[in-house]
Amino acid sequence: MSPRESTVSPKTVALVSSGRHPVSGRAGRAREDARAVEMGLALVGAELSLGHAGDPQDASLQACLKEYLGMFHGLDDDRGGRLSLLAMSAEDDAVPRLAAWLEQSGVRLVLTGQRAECGEGSGMVGYLLAERLGWSIATGVAAIEHCDDHSVTVLQALPQGQRRRLEIRLPCLIAVDSVADAPRQSAFGPARRGRIELVTDLALASEARVDAARRDWQWEPARARPKRLKVVKSTNARDRFRAAAAKSSASNGQVLTDLTSEEAADKLIAYLRAEKVLAPGDQ
Amino acid sequence: MLQTLLPILIFAALALGAAGAVRRIRLWRQGQRTPMVWRRLLLMPRRYLNDLHHIVARDKAMAHTHVATAGGFVAAMALALVVHGFGWRNPILGGLLLAASAVMFVGALAVNRRRLNSPTRPFPRKLSRGPWQRLSKSLIAYSLGMFLVSLPIVGFTPGNLVGVAPTVLGGGVLAIVLAAVLVWGLLEMLVGMGWGGPMKHAFAGSFHLAFHRRPERFDDNHPDASPKKTHDVHRGSRSTALFPLDLTAKTLGVEKPADFQWEQLLGFDACVQCGRCQSVCPAYAAGQPLNPKKLIQDMVVGMAGGSDARYAGSGHPQQAGGIDVGKPGFGHHRGGPSDAIVPQLVEAQTLWACTTCRACVEECPMMIEHVDAIVDMRRFITLERGETPEKGAAAIDNLIATDNPGGLDNASRLDWAADLEIPRIQDRPEGVDVLLWLGDGAFDMRNQRTLRSLVKILRAGGVDFAVLGEEERDSGDVARRLGDEATFQRLAERNIATLSRYRFARIVTADPHSFHVLGREYGAFGGDYVVRHHSTFIAELFDGGRISVAAPAQAETVTYHDPCYLGRYNGEFAAPRQVLAALGVDVVEMERSGYRSRCCGGGGGAALSDVPGRARIPDMRMEDVRTTGATTVAVACPQCTAMLEGVVEPRPRILDLAELVAEALVEPAPAVPETSTSSPSREEEPA
Ligand code: SF4
Ligand code: SF4
Repeated sequence: MSPRESTVSPKTVALVSSGRHPVSGRAGRAREDARAVEMGLALVGAELSLGHAGDPQDASLQACLKEYLGMFHGLDDDRGGRLSLLAMSAEDDAVPRLAAWLEQSGVRLVLTGQRAECGEGSGMVGYLLAERLGWSIATGVAAIEHCDDHSVTVLQALPQGQRRRLEIRLPCLIAVDSVADAPRQSAFGPARRGRIELVTDLALASEARVDAARRDWQWEPARARPKRLKVVKSTNARDRFRAAAAKSSASNGQVLTDLTSEEAADKLIAYLRAEKVLAPGDQ
Repeated sequence: MLQTLLPILIFAALALGAAGAVRRIRLWRQGQRTPMVWRRLLLMPRRYLNDLHHIVARDKAMAHTHVATAGGFVAAMALALVVHGFGWRNPILGGLLLAASAVMFVGALAVNRRRLNSPTRPFPRKLSRGPWQRLSKSLIAYSLGMFLVSLPIVGFTPGNLVGVAPTVLGGGVLAIVLAAVLVWGLLEMLVGMGWGGPMKHAFAGSFHLAFHRRPERFDDNHPDASPKKTHDVHRGSRSTALFPLDLTAKTLGVEKPADFQWEQLLGFDACVQCGRCQSVCPAYAAGQPLNPKKLIQDMVVGMAGGSDARYAGSGHPQQAGGIDVGKPGFGHHRGGPSDAIVPQLVEAQTLWACTTCRACVEECPMMIEHVDAIVDMRRFITLERGETPEKGAAAIDNLIATDNPGGLDNASRLDWAADLEIPRIQDRPEGVDVLLWLGDGAFDMRNQRTLRSLVKILRAGGVDFAVLGEEERDSGDVARRLGDEATFQRLAERNIATLSRYRFARIVTADPHSFHVLGREYGAFGGDYVVRHHSTFIAELFDGGRISVAAPAQAETVTYHDPCYLGRYNGEFAAPRQVLAALGVDVVEMERSGYRSRCCGGGGGAALSDVPGRARIPDMRMEDVRTTGATTVAVACPQCTAMLEGVVEPRPRILDLAELVAEALVEPAPAVPETSTSSPSREEEPA
């Protein structure tokens, strides 16, 4: 990946969240978010800024956000990174805040992980944001190949190491896959220099403040669900390897190209009807 | 004619030299300053005679040579000042001056002999040529010149001299030749001393001894100073704890030469390029790109500005100027006092190759602190640049997330002892005698065997002990040596907070790294403990008659490998040998043992940075073991065990002292099953 050769770079933000170490459960960089930051640093260098919506009183969150700022090294200048912390409490909804902030700051490219490691971890934030902002979204991105002021070319990770090249109009949101380049080390000095700026003056409609859906939920600790074992009978090493390496990929399907959007929509609706996702009468 | 010329020459040389010296002091003072207490210069003579000469004297021939040359020079110079400079031409003083010059001349001949290059005696690879080779000739010029010009004072007149020399030369010509030789000598000895010639070592060395950053090293009465000077010819304290780093300082660690403390720059400048450090450095021997002698010279280049083109010794292996590289010589690395050191002056691999074994520091006659400098530069790379070698960075991340470098569940620290019912200190509020510190070896299947043996011994000795269990965290050793002082200090503070909640008389550990860090380095953070390495503790159990062992069934030859962090760092050479003696096995010493032990290659995070070389350090150490013919090598450190066991078979057995003792115990503790547990451990984790 050599995206630095791109001449103009759009204003870029990486949205980060607090990760949870799989063994100790301690807060730290989330693995995919850290990769998103890495991708952003490789793309626009020190111009990258970070964003997070959370509780500014939470000390462990602060420490964790500093860890992301610790990645601002090996760049052209030593200013230190900047992170905007959109103040909100745990009951609040992050999406309207993030959307308002992104709009207000003129950002055109957003990088983030696919799903948070704690909290709801629904993986929905990216979609909700893109929907609210009316942006494009690409998920499972492994690398950015090229970026200019109007569009970005990315490689999307597919099962079994396959890659698909996508060209996306800006502004857009990119959710980074875990196969993207590993994040650089977080260093103490840059973390110390990085600034966390508190953002409290976002203009929000009052009904958008609180996460209404969340209020009615019942919370209980997640349980690891048993995994269905795939027993592969083949004696052939290659087949066993393919079976082991395969993400659950659909076995049949078609790749449709060169369709107008009308035709594509018709095909999709027909497919969803066939799969009984849509009732025959639904439009 | 000479009589009028001489005082002029001497005083001119002195003045020129002094001007250079002032400039040199300015160069040193580019470093981070502490006030310069001139009074300290008075400490110099004693430190020279007592401490420095002690180290020089490890090489008897060189010590005599140096005494003759340096002593002759100092005496001859002082007398020449009186006799020729101030013109007090007293025959007795003249006689003394002749004697001093003669002694110096003899010394100078020995210096030259050492530097001859003949097929039978090749030029020693540790030495430098260039100006240093010139110095050996200049010494002759000075001593011979001084001798000849002083002859008239005791009655040999120029006329007599002319009678000796072929008359065709004539007195005048002879005088001119003599003056030229003397000028050469004075230029080298006095002017060169101030202006950075090889004689700089005498001037910088004197200041370095006076202003040394670790004054405890010279203090015979220091509580740490080893009382018995048997296997250990160290005099003062082994001042080996790293200096704490102020994490609020503007720059963290050393980026450019001016970031060093000024005493450190002064120390680098004192180097005599004797190459003793080079010949003991395990990384250099393994062909990794580190030569401690060259590294110190690189620092001098950085301090004074310029390139390494004038360096005339062995370089860093694998790099321009290195012995095994076809590349042209030096001159590719440049530096200046305010220029970043890495990578223009020193390549990062050079710094990561160091195992922090301190062999170089131990051997350096100028008492230069290589390890401090290396760790200072690593601190900058890790804390500011975030460029720790990959596996090192992963270990640090794990330490931050899980308190152990393997990223394992800290609660599994005691899994290996599931069947041993080891008491937890949490259940002993009244306190215990011994807190057993497990170290990260507790996650390693191999080391779990050692720990089980140690528990067996403690039980046999009726020791009242307990463990912290999952409350124990990594001591922070690896993080600190990799330059991550922030993580080290965090671990240290948490461990100290934990320890402050419990009562125990002392800590015993089978890990020399924990032993060193807990015992020597936690003090700076408010943790003062009595810490014993298990070898010391077992030796005490033997002494107190609390355990007894059966004589070995069949005769066995054992050799003992001194771990750096137990021996050189903490001066414990005797106890492990006492334990072996108590076991009644035949002990053969390796050529490099005691304070000269060769590192296993596992210290200082070197096993993580894993800088490629021509050979592997543990293989070289195993060769040392094989040479003795021993069938077993006794070790006393989990890291050494792991490194040496990594050597391919067939090779001698590797057993920890605790294992050897536990095997031979006659009253084995009840209820310690011998079978190994199936606890989760590092080896079973996916990589
Ligand atoms: S650093 Fe010390 S041991 Fe090494 S060459 Fe210089 S004076 Fe000799
Ligand atoms: S500490 Fe050991 S490895 Fe490091 S430079 Fe000195 S001798 Fe070499």
